[in-house]
Amino acid sequence: MAFPGLMSRVTDVLEGFLDPQLRKRIDALPRRNLNEFGVDPFGCDPEIIKLIAPALTFLKNRYFRVETHGAEHIPADGRFLLIGNHSGQLPFDAAMVGTTVLTEAPTPRLVRSMVERWSADLPFVNELFVRSGQIVGDPRVCARLLEADEAVMVFPEGVKGISKLFAQRYQLADFGQGFMRLALQTRSPIVPFAVIGAEEQAPAIADIKPLARLLGLPAAPIIFPQFLPLPMPTRYRIWFGEPMEFKGAADDDDDVVAAHVKKVKNTVQRMVDHGLKRRTSVFF
Amino acid sequence: MATRKVTPPTTAPEKKATAKPVAAQAERRSTARLARPRILVTSGASDLGRVLCRRLHRDFDVVSVDTRAFPDRPKDVEHHEVDLRRKAAQTLIKKKKPEMVVHIGPMHDERPGRARGGSLLEATAALLKLVEEVGARKFVVLSAATLYGPSPVSAAFMSEDAALLGGQRHPRMADAIAVDMMVQSFFWKSPGTETVILRPVHIIGPHMQNLVSRYLRMARAPTLLGFDPMLQLVHEDDLTDAVVKALGDGVRGVFNITGPTQAPLSRVLAVRGTNAIPLPGPLLAAALSRMGAFRLTRVKDDELVHLKYACLVDGKRASTEMGFTASRGLQDALRDM
Repeated sequence: MAFPGLMSRVTDVLEGFLDPQLRKRIDALPRRNLNEFGVDPFGCDPEIIKLIAPALTFLKNRYFRVETHGAEHIPADGRFLLIGNHSGQLPFDAAMVGTTVLTEAPTPRLVRSMVERWSADLPFVNELFVRSGQIVGDPRVCARLLEADEAVMVFPEGVKGISKLFAQRYQLADFGQGFMRLALQTRSPIVPFAVIGAEEQAPAIADIKPLARLLGLPAAPIIFPQFLPLPMPTRYRIWFGEPMEFKGAADDDDDVVAAHVKKVKNTVQRMVDHGLKRRTSVFF
Repeated sequence: MATRKVTPPTTAPEKKATAKPVAAQAERRSTARLARPRILVTSGASDLGRVLCRRLHRDFDVVSVDTRAFPDRPKDVEHHEVDLRRKAAQTLIKKKKPEMVVHIGPMHDERPGRARGGSLLEATAALLKLVEEVGARKFVVLSAATLYGPSPVSAAFMSEDAALLGGQRHPRMADAIAVDMMVQSFFWKSPGTETVILRPVHIIGPHMQNLVSRYLRMARAPTLLGFDPMLQLVHEDDLTDAVVKALGDGVRGVFNITGPTQAPLSRVLAVRGTNAIPLPGPLLAAALSRMGAFRLTRVKDDELVHLKYACLVDGKRASTEMGFTASRGLQDALRDM
């Protein structure tokens, strides 16, 4: 770097905010895939997590005040796929699930999520994503990660899920089949989860599709009352379910795989409904 | 895998036979040592060509052709200053009848002050015709892994089946892709020749003067602010190893050639002791095109894409089918430049 002194001072300051308990958990992350440069084949460096963890734990503990249920279902080792509902216009739900797995799971795990392709064009953001293990979505990359016994998070609803309108809140959009084929191919268990609270963080009353096309964005929602998709401090409740295992060939016919997918979708929907029933207030 | 397939069936039955065939075999072996297979290396006077000739002349009878001189060549390397597109080269190759041909593709042969515009395409076409005519049993072409194209979506470890998408912006790259394609169709046209396409990642080493090596040798190197792509490099000695492996009997197909690990650009520069100077992309691109206009640099602004996106390839096929694994670690390779 051009200013090595400055950089090390900045990292020192950032690491100063890190909770010692969390530092221990980050140090305990599996590091068997790292090479002599301290990165895994995709460029992820667990040390970088120490710099962003303070901001993430602030969001988790103070802003969204995440309430976790069923963290004991997160496997201590080996590969698994995290499959859940997507909501809230901006992917704070993904960040919170990742942070929760890092801080609350019996054994800390680093969740690798699939990010949008255009994020590779954003300066700094792409660097941060790559170093912290978030990867441009691609089934081959996903399969490679799972084969290296990593934890991968996929939102099968995709953009349809995150940009749904307030009227459709907590109704799952169609699930893609890609995740199930991956699970079958790599024989990975699926850990379902439900995030309650993210739907209300940025309520969209309409989606102006022509404007989205014009700007090259996945959606152009009109958000009420705060106009920008910045989230309101709703309380998040994250529910993890028991791991589900499926058997079969990855290249089975669509209807065979669709049956498996339906099972997972129903499980997630049931968890969402259960979570909503147990919730007493959106903000508290 | 290839060598294992070839050797045992030929030696095993002969061992059982009487003394006579054994003696004959020994004799054949000694004459084989004298009459070494003849190999033709094109662009033999380029950086990579020189390194290759120096490695190959130990086991092969090397004939090198290039339009440039090759003054410091090993004594037993025969060098001819000819242009492959001309009759002189064609008569020469027909006379020499090489058993094997190593063709260095356009990505590994930068020539200053000369517009290449398709000349290498013509040369490759002429060479392929000659290979067919003289009935060479092996044809190895050095293509490049950058042809897959660094792009925002290419974070995956690309296999040999991935599409070559690097050519949209860069004429030399487009040429190189055309050469690669031309040789791919040669697989089908001439099944009697064992054709191998090697697609190595960026090659570095003490003898290399290519863009990456020049970049990594700088004391202060510009990088793109906010971007730090993963980089794969291979040492020149490992590459020549791969070429020797590709010349083995029974090897054919397309192979990515890469080093054992990959690392972010910033950490590669740190190992080199280079001072990275992060500059905003548009500023660096404008500076390069301005400098290019004044003939201060030959680096085009579209080369900056290598500082922005990763282009990672999977070298698994080369290790399983050809038995190639790079012997130099990345740090080791970076120190030996």
